[in-house]
Amino acid sequence: MKGFGRYVIFLGSLFVRRESFKTYYKLVLEECVQIGVNSAFLFMLVSTFIGAVTTVQTAFNMVNPLIPRFVISQVVREMTVLELAPTVMALIYAGKIGSSMAGGLGTMRITEQIDALEVMGINSSSYLVLPKIIASMLMYPMLVILSGVCSLVGGYIVGTFIHIVTPNEYVAGLRFAFNPTEISVALIKGIVFAFLIASISSFKGYFTKGGALEVGIATTEAVTTSVIAILLMDYFLVNILL
Amino acid sequence: MIKIKDISKTFGKKIVLQNINAEFEKGKTNLIIGASGTGKSVLLKCIVGLIKPDDGWVYYDLRNFTEADKETKSEIRREIGMLFQGGALFDSKNVEDNVMFPLDVLTKMSYDEKLDRANHCLKRVGLENVNKKYISEISGGMKKRVGIARAIVNNPNYLFCDEPNSGLDPQTSVLIDELISEITHELDITTIVVTHDMNSVMGIGEKIIFLYKGMKLWEGHHKDITHSNVPELDDFVFANKVMSKMRDGKV
Repeated sequence: MKGFGRYVIFLGSLFVRRESFKTYYKLVLEECVQIGVNSAFLFMLVSTFIGAVTTVQTAFNMVNPLIPRFVISQVVREMTVLELAPTVMALIYAGKIGSSMAGGLGTMRITEQIDALEVMGINSSSYLVLPKIIASMLMYPMLVILSGVCSLVGGYIVGTFIHIVTPNEYVAGLRFAFNPTEISVALIKGIVFAFLIASISSFKGYFTKGGALEVGIATTEAVTTSVIAILLMDYFLVNILL
Repeated sequence: MIKIKDISKTFGKKIVLQNINAEFEKGKTNLIIGASGTGKSVLLKCIVGLIKPDDGWVYYDLRNFTEADKETKSEIRREIGMLFQGGALFDSKNVEDNVMFPLDVLTKMSYDEKLDRANHCLKRVGLENVNKKYISEISGGMKKRVGIARAIVNNPNYLFCDEPNSGLDPQTSVLIDELISEITHELDITTIVVTHDMNSVMGIGEKIIFLYKGMKLWEGHHKDITHSNVPELDDFVFANKVMSKMRDGKV
């Protein structure tokens, strides 16, 4: 509970003694490139392969002739939109971006760079962390959309290439009984997870004490705590939103 | 002028500072000296507000810094320049951007004005043609110079240096000391240097405070340090072989 209290106080500290809008604008753009553009390739790669594998495995489990084959792509769509794109990719995002944030801030802490900002009269937490959280909340939903598209395309390519489904069946499955609310749910999940990952990782990194070993520990804790938070929040969001 | 009054600090059960009182004068290079682990850096961090003292007050030209609200503290801090022991330069920025950083965040100067000011400060510390180099590409001595340039770029009223000579060769150490002393007199600012380097003490120590086990045992000018009649200070000063030979008349 003490840790949670410190986390809440830390979040509050992001909004006091802020710098100018221009300063944040520049920093947010830099973070967007770091977080979004530099992660796009990994997300595309992972999503495409997971989409492809999901298609093959779903087909393998649906050998009943009474089940139409377009159900395969319907299952892939449901899995992709509701879990793979927002949640599974969030775990990867926590590993890539969360660890980078915690490691970067931890190193800044132990090399006194954060102290240097404080001595200059700059609110270091607001200056360093707020742009990361904003950029994360802006970019991660876009990565979720990209991931969803790549997963469905991956499933399409493999499904039609090895003749599990025909192109028409695959597209029909994607369209069948589609509820657009699921996209909103995926995006809401994305925004919430992005906030959790960025804020928890920054919190862990910002309060690192000691040396290189402690930076490593903070990074591991950041990823572990973010993953637990994502899974718990996923459960609550599904209950609330669906 | 900076005044500290009854500063005490403990970490757990360990007493690090005990009732430290001192005045650091404007236009002078004030030194806090003592052996490792005597609380010098903690005292410096208490003065700049990076560590909150358990007791006591810090005054910047009669402004109570310790009890000031966050806004006032922030304003006072904008008058501070600090050179950290490890440099604390931003790895992700080049030399020029590091020096320009305080101006970027704290002023509304145009880019050209900021660049002029940064170049002026870099020239002042003897660094030219390294503007575009990253911090990992320059030597330890150059890092210290960049740190000083960044510390003075915003025309501070107070300059703090935490062990400016650590990790430097003797020649570069002397140059850094001279630079700090020259800047102090040139800008007429209050400078506090934490050091345990006797060369610095004898070279630039206009007002020296000696800490021993968290207590202030002596203060004075470097000319008086060799005949202080404080055994702990004598042990510290004459641990240096050259100083010891000077005392014994062998040099």
